[in-house]
Amino acid sequence: MIGAEGASSSKKARISENPVSKNRPYFALVVDDDPMIRRIHSMILKSVGFKVEVAENGKEAVDLFRTGAKFHIVFIDMEMPVMDGIEATKAMRAMKVESKIVGVTSRNSETEREVFMQAGLDLCYTKPLTMAKIVPLLEELQKN
Amino acid sequence: MNSNQLQHQVLYMRRSLFDQGYLDSEQLIQLEDLQDDANPNFVEEVVSLFYSDSARLIQNIEQTLSNRPVDFSRLDDILHQFKGSCSSIGAKKVKDACSQFREYCNAGNAEGCSRSFQLIKQEYETLRRRLESYFQMVKQAKAA
Repeated sequence: MIGAEGASSSKKARISENPVSKNRPYFALVVDDDPMIRRIHSMILKSVGFKVEVAENGKEAVDLFRTGAKFHIVFIDMEMPVMDGIEATKAMRAMKVESKIVGVTSRNSETEREVFMQAGLDLCYTKPLTMAKIVPLLEELQKN
Repeated sequence: MNSNQLQHQVLYMRRSLFDQGYLDSEQLIQLEDLQDDANPNFVEEVVSLFYSDSARLIQNIEQTLSNRPVDFSRLDDILHQFKGSCSSIGAKKVKDACSQFREYCNAGNAEGCSRSFQLIKQEYETLRRRLESYFQMVKQAKAA
């Protein structure tokens, strides 16, 4: 892109270092009612080699697992209509979903984040996701 | 303008967006880093989604502010969403205006909320105008 100083060389370096693209694909599910967040988070994950599906709310995410879909990692928003992230995470864990589930929220309240964690999250991040947050998760998936 | 002049104009407009505090350079560069041949308009798509989000949220604020008594908790929720949306594209001035609004919300100050809402709308309209001009110039420079 014109004016994107240094962007293309750093992008090429990152993708060529990415271990996921060299091995089997990893599958990620992005759950968020905001189409902008779904688009951005999907692109970040795809850029490091994930195959990505999206869901607009917690119920869609739970239904995906009910139909037999499998994901290595789920990124789930806390506040969504129909079924929020807390209820969806509880439902997924009750179904014995073993995927890593990462909460993504713009809420700063420790209490709210703790409630979200207690629902069964492995981690909770503040929005928006960035490369710096994704790469360590990727490396952990590779180790396991 | 010839190609060189257009490119300089693009760089100047971009630098101004950062230097004048309208956009966070890190966030924009991250979005640009994700843009590739398969998704050549990714940044503009995300910015369009930001416009849609913002229009909806501004309408929600307007409706909530016009109700009596003012539902400050609902306003806080909406502003929280708006701040999150601003963070995704690095819309700094709009985000700061949202923070100011939330302070008035927490204080239960309806008059203060109305005043900061005017500022939010002003900053958003200015940002939108600047971004539309910027992307128009980028297209012209690419075509030259």
